[in-house]
Amino acid sequence: MAQHKVNYLQDGGAPIALTTIDKIVNFGRSNSLWPLTYGLACCAIEMMATGASRYDFDRFGTIFRASPRQADVIVIAGTLTKKHAEYMRRLYDQMPDPKWVISMGSCANTGGMFNTYATVQGADRIVPVDIYLPGCAPRPETLQYALMMLQKKIRRESVFRAHKKKRLV
Amino acid sequence: MRKYTPKDDVQKKSYFNDRFFVTPSIPRTNPSEDEVFANDIENLDTSVKILETYIEAGHLVIYINACDNKKAITYLRDQLDYDFLMELSAIDYISTRGGFEIFYEMLSTSKHKRIRLKCFISEKEPIESVESLFKMANWSEREMYDMYGVKIVNHHNMKRILMPDDWYDYPLRKTYPLHGDETAQWYEVDKIFGKENRDVIGPEERDSAAVDRYDTTRFARLGHEVEFGVDITDGKEPEHTPLGYQEEGGVKLFGKRLVKELHEDKSVTLDKRR
Repeated sequence: MAQHKVNYLQDGGAPIALTTIDKIVNFGRSNSLWPLTYGLACCAIEMMATGASRYDFDRFGTIFRASPRQADVIVIAGTLTKKHAEYMRRLYDQMPDPKWVISMGSCANTGGMFNTYATVQGADRIVPVDIYLPGCAPRPETLQYALMMLQKKIRRESVFRAHKKKRLV
Repeated sequence: MRKYTPKDDVQKKSYFNDRFFVTPSIPRTNPSEDEVFANDIENLDTSVKILETYIEAGHLVIYINACDNKKAITYLRDQLDYDFLMELSAIDYISTRGGFEIFYEMLSTSKHKRIRLKCFISEKEPIESVESLFKMANWSEREMYDMYGVKIVNHHNMKRILMPDDWYDYPLRKTYPLHGDETAQWYEVDKIFGKENRDVIGPEERDSAAVDRYDTTRFARLGHEVEFGVDITDGKEPEHTPLGYQEEGGVKLFGKRLVKELHEDKSVTLDKRR
């Protein structure tokens, strides 16, 4: 039994919110983005700072998960070496759909200053990247902004779209 | 007045040469000048054959035969009190001398003296491991093998330490290209997707200033922006697109009063400053 009085003539009438499936699903998805606890280099320090209390990722509903099975986002934070590339791809493959990738910092975007034999020249050679975040290393505010841009992108997506054939990258 | 010199061929001449340039070198002194080192050499000479000695920047450098390395280090550690193997690695002299120079840096914490033991091996020749004398040599010898391809015998775990186990060639050799050989450049693609997918991924972009104005998926020309992925190879790009913020609706961080939405068509250029 309702404890409060409902005025059906105010606030749009009945206590019902009308929305679309897309909006309600994307509302849930975009506000509970769980990234993988996964860092590669100095960008990971900035990622940790973003997760800590001063910048506080938790208020975006973003809580780092220690298992790829529970994660929605992988933040490639740092230099991706060729030796490590296959393990990063394996972690990405272990994440359940839908999943998103943030490429954080110059090294992950293009190889950065490591124009050498041992560095992958851009993480997008291995996994499909949604957000490219410039900087060396990006400030925590920048990672927050990247996350907000990713949320914006997710909110535009359609839940019912036919699942595209999985691209190679 | 200055003497006239014809200047018609001045461009062909070398503009600048430094007459006073001296190739920097570290002075070498005779080990007999240092009492401790002279004594050490005298003792070591009874155990192994010494080829050459000198003092360079406070370090005593001793050249020995490569087959004597373990014997010499054992003697230095047990008899002469050099109790610390600080560093060991190789220097690539393949092009000039056809092999590597191996050096062992040792420190005596009681005598406060440093010794550099050096020996030369040809490219294919193996060298004895000193891992049983100093635990430190375990990783250093693996790194020496990984980076230079120096063969080590009697090492308990002789495999690569930094590069992946299936890596081809030795990256710190002078002949190794900085951007990697073909196997290195396609390493991650071959490993993850297989060789048959090389064409799908494409080669690495190694030029950091590379811009392709017809590639609309990765680049946008300022003032000539088009939709993502549109084909503009036949000149279909617009002459001029109005300037605007990237975000829809403009940036309103400071409210309407300070930062207004920018519309190029609506903005006016003032003739005179107000």
